[in-house]
Amino acid sequence: MNMQPQSDPQVLTTRDGTPLKVSLAKALRREKLRSLALIAPLLIFILVTFAAPIADMLFRSVENGIVENTLPKTVNALSDWDVTSSQLPGEPVYKALYEDLKVATEEKTHTRLGSRLNYEASGMSSLFRKTGRRIKRMDEAGPFAEQFIDIDKDWGDLATWRLLKRYAPKYTPGYFLNAADAQLTADGIAMKPANERIYLLLFARTLFLSLTITLCCLLLGYPIAFLLASLPLRSANLLMILVLLPFWTSLLVRTSAWKVLLQQEGVINDFLVWIGVIGDASRLVMINNKTGTIIAMTHILLPFMILPLFSVMKTISPTYVRAAKSLGATDWTAFWRVYFPQTVPGIGAGAILVFILAIGYYITPELVGGTDGIFISNRIAYHISSSLNWGLAAALGVILLGAVLLLFYVYDKIVGIDNVKLG
Amino acid sequence: MKLKTILMAGAASAMMTSAALATDLTIVSWGGAYSNSQNEAYHKPYMAQNPDVTIINDESSAEAVAKLRAMNEAGNITWDLVDVLASDAIRLCDEGLAQEIDFDKELAPAPDGTPASEDFGDLIVADCFIPEIVYSTTFGYRTDNEAWKGKEPDDICDVFDLEAFPGKRALEKRPINNMEWALMCDGVAKEDIYDVLETDEGVARALAKLDTIKDQTVWWSAGAETPQLLADGEVAIGSTYNGRLFSLIEEQKQPVKILWDAQVFDLDGWIVPAGLSDERKAAVMDYLKFATDTQRLADQAKYISYGPARKSSAPLVGKHATLGIEMAPHMPTDPANAKNTFLYNYEWWADYRDDLDAKFQAWLSK
Repeated sequence: MNMQPQSDPQVLTTRDGTPLKVSLAKALRREKLRSLALIAPLLIFILVTFAAPIADMLFRSVENGIVENTLPKTVNALSDWDVTSSQLPGEPVYKALYEDLKVATEEKTHTRLGSRLNYEASGMSSLFRKTGRRIKRMDEAGPFAEQFIDIDKDWGDLATWRLLKRYAPKYTPGYFLNAADAQLTADGIAMKPANERIYLLLFARTLFLSLTITLCCLLLGYPIAFLLASLPLRSANLLMILVLLPFWTSLLVRTSAWKVLLQQEGVINDFLVWIGVIGDASRLVMINNKTGTIIAMTHILLPFMILPLFSVMKTISPTYVRAAKSLGATDWTAFWRVYFPQTVPGIGAGAILVFILAIGYYITPELVGGTDGIFISNRIAYHISSSLNWGLAAALGVILLGAVLLLFYVYDKIVGIDNVKLG
Repeated sequence: MKLKTILMAGAASAMMTSAALATDLTIVSWGGAYSNSQNEAYHKPYMAQNPDVTIINDESSAEAVAKLRAMNEAGNITWDLVDVLASDAIRLCDEGLAQEIDFDKELAPAPDGTPASEDFGDLIVADCFIPEIVYSTTFGYRTDNEAWKGKEPDDICDVFDLEAFPGKRALEKRPINNMEWALMCDGVAKEDIYDVLETDEGVARALAKLDTIKDQTVWWSAGAETPQLLADGEVAIGSTYNGRLFSLIEEQKQPVKILWDAQVFDLDGWIVPAGLSDERKAAVMDYLKFATDTQRLADQAKYISYGPARKSSAPLVGKHATLGIEMAPHMPTDPANAKNTFLYNYEWWADYRDDLDAKFQAWLSK
């Protein structure tokens, strides 16, 4: 039975003669597979319902198959036409357009292409709708160029053909350029005119306001968490309920409550006028601007700062501070040199939590942000639900995601991600 | 005629009953007072006639366009009928997400036999869209403003007149309507407005006019905001939907009046999602035939101050169901209110909405 030669005494084998290393590796692999099988349901669930849809949505930021799918022959015929030429494309291109549009009109995809191209140039939507309505009445014998220009003079405009040619490829950088306030022109990439730039400003504002909100949460939350951690259990529990109470109130109710408080005819202004701090004519503007967004969002996100801070502070033994004081440290030194450094992991966790939640908020800024307190997410929401420009929304989303990941990386380099504790 | 309609509806529902015992209709609308008016005027009487039909209300109209597109991509349409604004209906029609309607074949004629397509007339703005109500976006102002020295605004341009009518304004956070009003008050003739707005100079001109009141303006995005701002005295004058102003004035008795000048008419109505099975489509069309007939549209005006979309419904509009006041003078379409009106130019905005919105938002954020 034991056929294995015993000649090499250094190699340990199991009883059936396989080397111990191999056998161990096999056992480990089996172990790993078993654990993988255990988490498989969750993994598959996350992949199917979370990762795949996100990937699909992000892919839309470059995908542009609609032009080629709707007008395959035209795109093909246009490949010989030079985008910089000052001549209109020839009759074969118009003939191809007629054939494509005839099919597209039957399948009712021409208007869809029209609304896609309308994102790039106004007027495309009605151009395609109008042409689709008239295509059946066109003379099949040609000449097509004349007939198309007769339907709408835009078909005789170089700009229309340049646009078609530029957006013919299956993938386009157009959405990303748009999201960075740039555009694809005949001479390459150029910034948009100043009166149309908005996204870079909104990205910068989103980051700035989110950081401000995180800082406000920290300044307000730290003392509360400290109080919670140092009070006797019963009063701490009561306080904790007060911290959690806003959680159980609807977001819209809380936001509306801030409106009642902060508006110019609101409670706070009325009170200030009543005690004579400000005159009736110079009531403070505290809502429908940045201030409103910062106040309302700090309030909404405060528990996300307090809870991690509290659970970290709870684990810090009071003996450290006592020891520091017995060695002659002042109250401030004992706090700053001994207590505070131990709470840094809690600050890290709270700050990340608040910042990431803040950066994606859009309901509260929409309601209390006015014009200078809205976030990039408000534009993303607009393009998803209202303008249906999902490509642009996806591009904005990719950039926002990239910015967050970059910040996360910087944070990891400076503070260290393993230095974050939720308790 | 009516009896015949009922008999036909009855026969149709009897035929359906044999196919499927119970039918669920998922109808999407806006919620609030508006859904309530539909429930009273359409759903309840329809279900009374067709006991085997259950109507399920979904309040997702605000996100309907995006959701319908997502459903269409997923190949699983869970809605049977959707209440949307005309501009959204055009978008849905363009995207192939809504079914085309044959007005004369699929909808009931007027009581005097006028075919539906004539009865709705000009309000048929898209092949997929069955208009239901005419509403208007117009201004409400507080009547207790001391700084106005007893004067009341009666002209749209008073909104831009900060000297005679000081105080904050509320305007919608989008270019539609605001740009038209601005140009109108900058001396552009009503019929030239869209030609002017097509040019960069025209856009700059409209924005420059809006600039004169920009620092006095609160920008709203939900229709409920202006009534709240007016009620709290936060703004002196603000735009919103006329139905919201009606309930602010008549139901909540606030010291507010409506400035009807240059009100902008807009339409709200039904679309049937594309891709329904024949059976479901038949059930929806049966409901639609009932819910969009002359009497039903007139009935809805008992519950909300929006004008019925059929010409033949106008004479049938009666009193408010609970307040008991005559509804006709509160309709945006009432001749006294409709002296100077504007109809939302759907075709034009479908083309220029994306472009102007970018410019308008950039202007706002400055």
